[in-house]
Amino acid sequence: MKIGVAGTLESSDVMITVREADALKITIESIVFAYFSEQIHNTILSTLREMNITNVHVLCQDKGALDYVIKARLKTAIERMKQHA
Amino acid sequence: MRRSLLFIPGNNPAMLQNADVFESDGLILDLEDAVHINEKDSARMLVSHYLESKQTHSLEMIVRINGLDTPYFQKDLQAVVCQQLDTIMLPKAKVKDVLDLSKMLDEIEQTKQISKEIKIIPIIELAQSVLEVNELARFPRVNGILLGAEDLSTDLEIERTKPGLEIIYPRFCVIYACKAQKIDAIDTPFTDTKDEQGLSKDCETAKMFGMNAKTAIHPNQVSIINDVFSPSEKNIAWAKRVIEAKKKAEASGLAVFSLDGKMIDKPIIDRAINILKKAEKFQLL
Repeated sequence: MKIGVAGTLESSDVMITVREADALKITIESIVFAYFSEQIHNTILSTLREMNITNVHVLCQDKGALDYVIKARLKTAIERMKQHA
Repeated sequence: MRRSLLFIPGNNPAMLQNADVFESDGLILDLEDAVHINEKDSARMLVSHYLESKQTHSLEMIVRINGLDTPYFQKDLQAVVCQQLDTIMLPKAKVKDVLDLSKMLDEIEQTKQISKEIKIIPIIELAQSVLEVNELARFPRVNGILLGAEDLSTDLEIERTKPGLEIIYPRFCVIYACKAQKIDAIDTPFTDTKDEQGLSKDCETAKMFGMNAKTAIHPNQVSIINDVFSPSEKNIAWAKRVIEAKKKAEASGLAVFSLDGKMIDKPIIDRAINILKKAEKFQLL
C-alpha cells in the first residue's frame, strides 16, 4: 500500500498521513477540533479536488496549523505517496 | 534600502507564522542550510504556500534557494517565484551562476506572468566569489550583496573569530563593489545569538566600514541591528538643520555656507539628504 507522510506534531504544524484507499476518507485529530474541524475538513477536501485525488485515506493530526500549512503538508504527503515504491 | 534581514527556517510553520512581528526589514525564507536534505520538498511547498498567503505585505520577501550546484534549485525556483516574492538569495554565487539564474528568472516571470522583476542577492562565501564581486554587483537584478563569512572561512581554511580580523578584506570587497553600483552591502550574520554586546560591536564595526545592513539568525538580534543601522536621533536632527540652512543659503545665492562654525558644501548636504531618506524609509521622522 502506498503511503505518504509530511509535517510534524510541533505547535502550529500538522502531520498529514495519506494512504491509498478504495474511497475517500478524512480523519481529523485537532487541538482546535471543536472550533475548526469543519474548516480543516474543507481545506483538505478542496486541496484533494485541486489535485484530482479521490481514493485516499487522509489522517490529519493538527497542532493549530493555519490553512496554508495544511494545504502544503497535504500536497507534500500526496507527492511522497505517489513516489512511494 | 535595508537594515535587517531575518533568516527563517523554511520548514518551520511556528516561526513562519510569527515572522512578520520581529520588525526586520525583510525575511529570508531559508530552503538551504536550515532544511534537512529529506525535507527539501516539504519546505519548498510550505514556503510557496506561505508566500501565496501573503497577498499584501510590507516586508521584503526573500527566499534563499539551494545552490545551483545542487539538484534542488530548479524545483525551488519553480515553487517560490510568484508575485509575492521580491528577491532570490543565491548561495555560493559566482558570475556564471547569477547569469544562469537571471535567465531562469526571465523565463519563469514570463511564464507565470509576474508583473515585476524579482531581484537577486548573491552570497559571497567562496574565495572565487570575492574575486568576482565587482562583476556580480553589476547585474541588473542584483540590488544587494551578502557576505557569508562562515562558508567563506571554510573555503579559506581559516578560523572565524568574533573580532573578525580575518574577514576584513572580503568585507571591504563587498562594500566597495556595492557602493560603486549604489546597492546594499549586507553584512554576515553574528552567530553567537546570546552575545548581545558582541553583536552590537560587530554591527558598529560593519557600519563604520560601510555596510548598510546585516542579517539576523535569531529574532532577538533584529532590534540591535536596526538600532545600529538606523540614523540616530542626533544625526537626523543635524541633517534637518543642514537642509534648513541650505534653503536659507540658496535664498541668498550661496552654494557653500557654514553651520555651527563648520563649512557645509555638496558632499555634506548629500550626506544629510541620505540620512533623511533613510529616516523617512524607516519611519523615524
